[in-house]
Amino acid sequence: MQKPEVSALNPKSDLPQGTLDLLLLKVVALGPVHGYAIAQRLEQVSRHVVQVPQGSLYPALHRLENRGLLSADWKETETGREAKFYRLTAKGRAQLETEAASWERLTEAIGLILKLSQEGAE
Amino acid sequence: MNWWQRLLRREEMEEKLQKEMRFHLEEHAKELIAGGVSPAEAQRRARMALGGPEKVKEECRDARGTRWLEDLWQDLRCALRMLRQRPGFAAVAILTLALGIGATTLMFTLVNGVLLRPLPYPEPDKLVAVHGHSDGWKTELFGEQNVAYPDFLDCQRDSRTLALAGSLFDGGTLSGAGLPEYVDLREITWNLFSVLGVHLADGRAFRPEEDHRGAAPVMILGYSFWQRHFAGRPEVVGASLNLDDKLYTVVGIAPSGFRLRDSEPDVMTPLGQDTAPFLEKRGAHPIGVVARLEPGATLAAAQAELHLIGRHLAEQYKDTNADRIFVARRLRPNVGDIGATLWLLLGAVGLVLLIACTNVASLLLARAISRERELAMRVALGAGRGRLVRQCLTESAVLGLSGGVLGVALAAFGFRPFVALWPGALPRVEEVQLDWRVLLFALIVSLLSGFLFGLAPALRAPVHKLEQVLRGGGRGVTGSSRRLHGSFVVSELALAVVLLVSAGLLGRTLLHLSSLDPGMNVRNVLVTRMALSPATLADPARTRVAWKDALERARRVPGVQSVATVDTFPMREGDNEQGYWTSADVPPTNKLPFALMTCVSPDYLKVMGISLRRGRFFDDRDVPNSAPVIVIDEVLALNSFGAEDPVGKRLWIPEMGYASNVFEIVGVVGHVRHWGLASDDQAKIRAQIYYPFSQLPDSLMHRWSQLMSIAVRTELAPLGEVASLRSELKGAAGDQVLYEVRTMEQLVSDSLSRQRFLLFLFGIFAALAVLLSCIGIYGVLAYLTGQRVPEIGIRIALGARPNNVMWLVLRQSIGLLVVGVALGTAAALAAGRVLLRFVEGMQPTDLSTFLVTIPVLVLAALFASFLPARRASRVDPVIALRQD
Repeated sequence: MQKPEVSALNPKSDLPQGTLDLLLLKVVALGPVHGYAIAQRLEQVSRHVVQVPQGSLYPALHRLENRGLLSADWKETETGREAKFYRLTAKGRAQLETEAASWERLTEAIGLILKLSQEGAE
Repeated sequence: MNWWQRLLRREEMEEKLQKEMRFHLEEHAKELIAGGVSPAEAQRRARMALGGPEKVKEECRDARGTRWLEDLWQDLRCALRMLRQRPGFAAVAILTLALGIGATTLMFTLVNGVLLRPLPYPEPDKLVAVHGHSDGWKTELFGEQNVAYPDFLDCQRDSRTLALAGSLFDGGTLSGAGLPEYVDLREITWNLFSVLGVHLADGRAFRPEEDHRGAAPVMILGYSFWQRHFAGRPEVVGASLNLDDKLYTVVGIAPSGFRLRDSEPDVMTPLGQDTAPFLEKRGAHPIGVVARLEPGATLAAAQAELHLIGRHLAEQYKDTNADRIFVARRLRPNVGDIGATLWLLLGAVGLVLLIACTNVASLLLARAISRERELAMRVALGAGRGRLVRQCLTESAVLGLSGGVLGVALAAFGFRPFVALWPGALPRVEEVQLDWRVLLFALIVSLLSGFLFGLAPALRAPVHKLEQVLRGGGRGVTGSSRRLHGSFVVSELALAVVLLVSAGLLGRTLLHLSSLDPGMNVRNVLVTRMALSPATLADPARTRVAWKDALERARRVPGVQSVATVDTFPMREGDNEQGYWTSADVPPTNKLPFALMTCVSPDYLKVMGISLRRGRFFDDRDVPNSAPVIVIDEVLALNSFGAEDPVGKRLWIPEMGYASNVFEIVGVVGHVRHWGLASDDQAKIRAQIYYPFSQLPDSLMHRWSQLMSIAVRTELAPLGEVASLRSELKGAAGDQVLYEVRTMEQLVSDSLSRQRFLLFLFGIFAALAVLLSCIGIYGVLAYLTGQRVPEIGIRIALGARPNNVMWLVLRQSIGLLVVGVALGTAAALAAGRVLLRFVEGMQPTDLSTFLVTIPVLVLAALFASFLPARRASRVDPVIALRQD
């Protein structure tokens, strides 16, 4: 599974900042996980559609940690190496729920609008 | 982690960040290798995918939120390191700033203590002063009108919004143990201390029942008087003291530093016990009134109530109170005209501080330019412009604060000696101290000056053309930095010109004022107040005899040429004004011209050496029964009679209190500068009238006798006669006292003390300014020349002679000098106008002052630039060209 180098070089994320936070919270919600695994999982789950530049992944994680939405501790991986594992805090879980809900409302609304304009065009 | 943990465990955090990044890169590479990529290529690709690791780390640090604090900490440590690296630079900069900030803080300490601090009483905003007000009263001439005692009692009884207390100036002779002494006596109402909210140092305040006629005589001693005379012995409370032949029991001691109407009284007695007839009249207004607002009452309510009481009294007592109302104002400390001097000095030290800042700025700028490559390198490595600016400002803030700390220390130690230098008594000086306001001021000044001198170097931080800077080897001085340096030197020079010219103007003023003719011969004249024996004061006839006797005795003292009695003497030692008119149809008081009234004995003219212009002075013909006569000065003669001869004409003086208020002019004498050498020309009342003590009516004899002084002309140094005068004049009962003994020369010199003091300080400031700007011009030129060494080397190699090279450098400084002096001259003209407004007797700006002072600065600046110029001319071309 090799990804094209070109897209990895693209320094700009297509995602608005809030969205990246939401995705990170969601991925971490599945269980304690380290930074590299988060990057991989985002790619896998989104079937390579969402391309998170790795450079902006860590500042985002640190920001969430600083806001108390994530907490982190150092644990050993299955291969016996020490890595920083991120966990969701109670505050993070609440944040995830509100943000997910509002995201759903937003997409639903946008979907409706798009459908409306299609109908109008027909 | 808390913010402080983050600060303290920074290294641990950095390590973990590094570990996290490394883990990511290694995992990614491992995965790529598993996919068949060569290890070297895998590592390369992993790094590409992550982006620059330093950049990512930097962003992670930003994400922590306490970034600014960490940066500040880092910057602080960096700044301290930088300063330690160049201790010479740091010392010069910090000392310069400490001087500037110290002087400014010192002046502000005085401004704060004397002008800004509230009165030293509890809840000072509840205290008010109550004054009388009537249409005929000229407040600008006489000050605020006080209150008649019966009016005071009525206000006190009727007011629901104010608790009123009063005091009356008086004097008396305290006799008994030790020498008899004349004391500053105040008669006060029983509640004065409680209204002010002051607790006595010992004993008790007066009781209400003691504030009445016929009550047992009691007194409270002033703290200083108690210390001076009784060494602070507590058993004095309860003892009896003899004041004006009456025994008083001491019941209390006023607290230390207690002041009443601007001075500390020696002795206080209950006002209500005084039986003097003028206290029963509503036409005399001697009582100074303070009051405290009752809980819940507002100033507006109190004013309305007083107004009402005043109107009520006006209806009741039509002949005395017809147009009189009472007004209440917030009680403010009376500091006279000291404010102008203080603000003037604060402004002047502000200029010195500005020069100091400019100096440090140019030093810092020179350093910033030599650090240009370092800064460019840091920008290339990813430092943002804001970050660099912040670091530069942190450095200057550290400098500013260090200078500030040292400056506050300077101010704290320097302020007592400075106050001791202050001419005369500085009002409220005992309240002056370093308080939070002063510290806050010093902090703000330090930070502000740090910002001021740090800004220019900080904004120079390179952001573009990095490559050029990096390649240029920090050798080229760009035009913009040369201009910036130039502008520093120019502003320093301009500020120095302002201070120099101001000092020059003050010097010229002082010279001019000292050369003024005071209107009399001040050499060998002794003036002293004299308290007659209290026993003689009761009877006017005996008082007259006592004065005559005193004058005769004094005249017999060897070395004494002539003696006179006088109530107020020149150099503003007391003044008494009356309105006068030249015909019988006298207009209302507020329309009258006023003159200074002086009550004298015949020899006064001889003692003071005042010249007689026309007619005669007083002699034995002027007795109580003869027609009242006066002598006027030439100012009054010119004002009222023009070219006519005033001798034989008459003046109407309606409020003299004589049986007849018409006075015949028998002579004209020269004008005496009564208000002091500096202020007489601008004084509101200059005309003078002398009237003979011998014709003073009996009704005024007691009051006047309390005010009289004697003036003595001696053959030799007048202070040498004091002891023999004292013993000759002590009277039969040994209770006549001479006090406030001074010489006229001293008084004349004191009348210029403020101008002299200002000149002294401005002289110091100007010297500092010249010194600092010379250091500045030297530093800048040395730096600029140093930067040009290779160029100069080439010039010399190509055949330039030392003179050409010197001229090259000097030309630069002459250009700066011309601009600086031109700007400074313009600013100095403005400063001259400020001085003209605030300093009495100030001479207007003139060309000669500029011609005398500016060359001083020009020569000093040329000397300072000569050194770098000579060094430049001795550059060895071989070494210069090899440099770099």
